[in-house]
Amino acid sequence: MIPPRFDYQAPETLAEAVALLSGNPGAKILSGGQSLIPMMRFRLAEPALIVDINRVSGLEYIREEDGWLKIGALTRESAVDGSALVARRYTLLADTTRVIADPLVRNRATVGGNLAHADPANDHPATMLAYRARVVAMGLAGEREIPIDDFFLGPFEPSLNQDEILTEIRIPASNGRSGGAYQKLERKVGDFATAAVAIQLTLDGAGNVASLGIGLTNVGLTPIRASVAEEYLIGKSPTGENFSQTAFLASEAAEPEADYRGSVAYKRSLVRTLTYRALMKAVERASGGQA
Amino acid sequence: MSTHTIHITVNGALHTVEVDSRLLLVHFLRENLNLTGTHIGCDTTSCGACTVQVNGVPLKSCTMFAVQADGAEVKTVEGLAQNGKLHPLQEGFYEKHGLQCGFCTPGMLMTSAALLESNPNPTEEEIRWGISGNLCRCTGYVNIVKAVQYAAEKMQQEKGGGHD
Repeated sequence: MIPPRFDYQAPETLAEAVALLSGNPGAKILSGGQSLIPMMRFRLAEPALIVDINRVSGLEYIREEDGWLKIGALTRESAVDGSALVARRYTLLADTTRVIADPLVRNRATVGGNLAHADPANDHPATMLAYRARVVAMGLAGEREIPIDDFFLGPFEPSLNQDEILTEIRIPASNGRSGGAYQKLERKVGDFATAAVAIQLTLDGAGNVASLGIGLTNVGLTPIRASVAEEYLIGKSPTGENFSQTAFLASEAAEPEADYRGSVAYKRSLVRTLTYRALMKAVERASGGQA
Repeated sequence: MSTHTIHITVNGALHTVEVDSRLLLVHFLRENLNLTGTHIGCDTTSCGACTVQVNGVPLKSCTMFAVQADGAEVKTVEGLAQNGKLHPLQEGFYEKHGLQCGFCTPGMLMTSAALLESNPNPTEEEIRWGISGNLCRCTGYVNIVKAVQYAAEKMQQEKGGGHD
């Protein structure tokens, strides 16, 4: 399948890229291209201009700084997967990255693209909800920081203006008593999740849950924060009984639609099971001092 | 602009060509350069039959525009054998019956070659994980894994030969 015709520019600076975007309402950013190019081949996307940001330097990095884990938007999933820092201190992110698409796609796909595409079936959105991450966007008016809860307006609709490029993702730096996990069910490697659950939690000195983030993948029009479930568990001890109730509440937050991956009831039940498992794993990691 | 002049090195040979921006890398390789060893399978970024290496990184050439490879070094299955001698992986696929219909083989070879480059002595699980983006519809994975193991051993021997 051959994509429709388009003009192509590969700027070498962010400023040039922003200028190209602002002058062209039909322009679209190309980063890893692992979602956009298939969509263009299916003619689901027909941008008049492709602004390829792969030649913009300085957008590929993973580093801890000022209390944040900062990830450059153009960082490949394979680089996150191979990061010792992420493997050691950000296990939710490590879990998630490992199950995105397949190794070949991960060699091209970028963290920024996974978020900016705003596909509720993508994996990083739920993970970033659980982390309470922030994203940084650069546009004509300069740079702004967007809380992740304000970022996903609808399916494939990020809160980015036409002239804005997502440049960085900021995850609160891990502390000694935090832990996370991502649990995903997929029919086969490379398929989107039937459902997936991201958990990030912190334990207090007494061993109770001090903070908690729960993000749900592919069970709604946007990634979903299970806030009622979060509130229920905060301040409570991490017991199986409390986890069961939290998992039930998380499944109630899901808004799945029936499709070839399963019925509404099945997906809701799956969210419940995956939430329970992810909580168990996250608390084990938090107790073991592994993030 | 919708047409661009690109400089692209494929299997060691530099090509300077004018391409349409929408030309996919796989079509460029197969149709412009006649390198039909790289296959088009699913056409939907799923199967990995079109895997080539761009600057040493294995990727799906159906999901990259040729214009993006301007300045890059591309390696296809035609570039694996050197001076008429099969690559240890090609030999392994032959010895261990690592192919049945052969359609996925070029992609399997290019992915495995990159895997052995970064991990010369992979476990069976690492091999299976490594090729999980390449589908074999004959389901011949057991022998594909054996073929990669054969190549890993052979390459280790060749490498270690001078030291033992």
